Amino acid sequence: MAPHTEQLTRPAVQLRGLTRSFDGRTVLDGIDLDIPAGQFTALLGHSGSGKSTLLRAVAGLDHEVAGSGQLSAPERVSVVFQDSRLLPWRRVLDNVLLGLDGKEAVRKGREALAEVGLEGRERAWPNELSGGEAQRAALARSLVREPELLLADEPFGALDALTRIRMHGLLRELWERHRPSVLLVTHDVDEAIVLADRVLVLERGRIGLDLTIDRDAHARGEYRGRLLAALGVTEDVR
Amino acid sequence: MTATAVSTAPALPETDHRVRRRRSLAPGKRVPAARLVGPALLVVLWAVASAAGALDPGAIPAPWTVLDTGAHLWTDGTLPDDILTSLQRAGTGFVIGLTAGVVLALASGLSRTGEALIDGTVNLNRAIPTLGLIPLFILWLGIGETFKIAIIAIVVYIPIYLNTHAALSGIDSRFVELAEVQGLSRVRFIRQIVVPGALPGFFVGLRLGVTGSWLGLVVLEQINATSGLGYMMFQAQNYGQTDVILVGLVVYGIFGLVSDSTVRIIERRVLSWRRTLSN
Repeated sequence: MAPHTEQLTRPAVQLRGLTRSFDGRTVLDGIDLDIPAGQFTALLGHSGSGKSTLLRAVAGLDHEVAGSGQLSAPERVSVVFQDSRLLPWRRVLDNVLLGLDGKEAVRKGREALAEVGLEGRERAWPNELSGGEAQRAALARSLVREPELLLADEPFGALDALTRIRMHGLLRELWERHRPSVLLVTHDVDEAIVLADRVLVLERGRIGLDLTIDRDAHARGEYRGRLLAALGVTEDVR
Repeated sequence: MTATAVSTAPALPETDHRVRRRRSLAPGKRVPAARLVGPALLVVLWAVASAAGALDPGAIPAPWTVLDTGAHLWTDGTLPDDILTSLQRAGTGFVIGLTAGVVLALASGLSRTGEALIDGTVNLNRAIPTLGLIPLFILWLGIGETFKIAIIAIVVYIPIYLNTHAALSGIDSRFVELAEVQGLSRVRFIRQIVVPGALPGFFVGLRLGVTGSWLGLVVLEQINATSGLGYMMFQAQNYGQTDVILVGLVVYGIFGLVSDSTVRIIERRVLSWRRTLSN
């Protein structure tokens, strides 16, 4: 097989028998998962279901966590956290450029800020931004490195409902333009359906449901019902 | 309002219609230079009491006498020399203490080995009153300048070390994670995250250190010195010259105020990102 075709077909993220445990309690129990390049995947689960553990494992942030299994992820990975995690002592542009330098990086940083609608705020301090603006700056920081894989750990969890809707639109738009593979961890079923092409439900350390979302279909309600059922939530229908 | 309206609507007390403003619990707006009001009032009281003859000039000379003596000592006496000597001692000791405090805090805050070696030792040093080391230091270093500078350096390095070290070990672990995600090298991590994050703590230590250097100086110059402000005051005590003692105190006070304000101005500039918080 020619190298470039192999790259095309090889999934961006590949997990084989991934196991992680804390103090003898198994959180991830032999997970097998392929995320194709460019796919927008959402990972749903209750709090404590291990979804953050999975994301941190893929991000390579789980030092000193006991576990086994195989994991391959791309070279360029960016992470968006629930909090914007901007350094309060660096101006917005300098936060976006954290870890990069050179004129080219500055140009890209400005571009990324413009893309998330923060043009003109380059010199602002993070303290001066609203919650939504700060999270947009964090998105710009992850974009500027042109990631092959974008990991997002409940990135909109701390935002108000209206801001969250706007951020959904922005994230989807950015993904369509740059096409990184995305793994979005969330506990919001509707957010997962709105954003992702594929929704996984993590349950007791295993993937309980793997659902492909047909974005053209008008079956949102059905997806919602199936996902909620997989999460063990029953809705009162009046 | 018509009579019919009054009869149909139940009469409500006036206050229900108005929006009553809550009493503010904040102390209110800041007055510029408000800090100077207290000291200025004290000086005025002192002057009035002296003019009225309510103060014994032998115990507390009038403010103008002190100014007179100060001017006289400045032009005809040894005041400029004494000030210079004192400044040199305090300055040299301060710079050595500052360097030692920062270097030790970095070494102990950034590596476990450093922490094991340094932190306990510094805390042991802190438990011993530094001024209690004077007799030993005189025996070791002689009664010259070296031991004075050494004592001042010790007085200065301890608060700088403690506060900087606390700030370094208190760096938010979320920022450490961010640095890992962004692929920062260790050097960059220290330069861009650890050091700026520890600066607020460092400045607390710096201000304590500056005050400490003057404190150490006063004690040292009154015990073992043949020059300097403290020596001048000590001599004045022997001859009952309260005005000279007051001149010395005023100079010490000015030094303390100026150095503290300088540190504060630097702090405000360096930590300008924090200003948005307090506004």
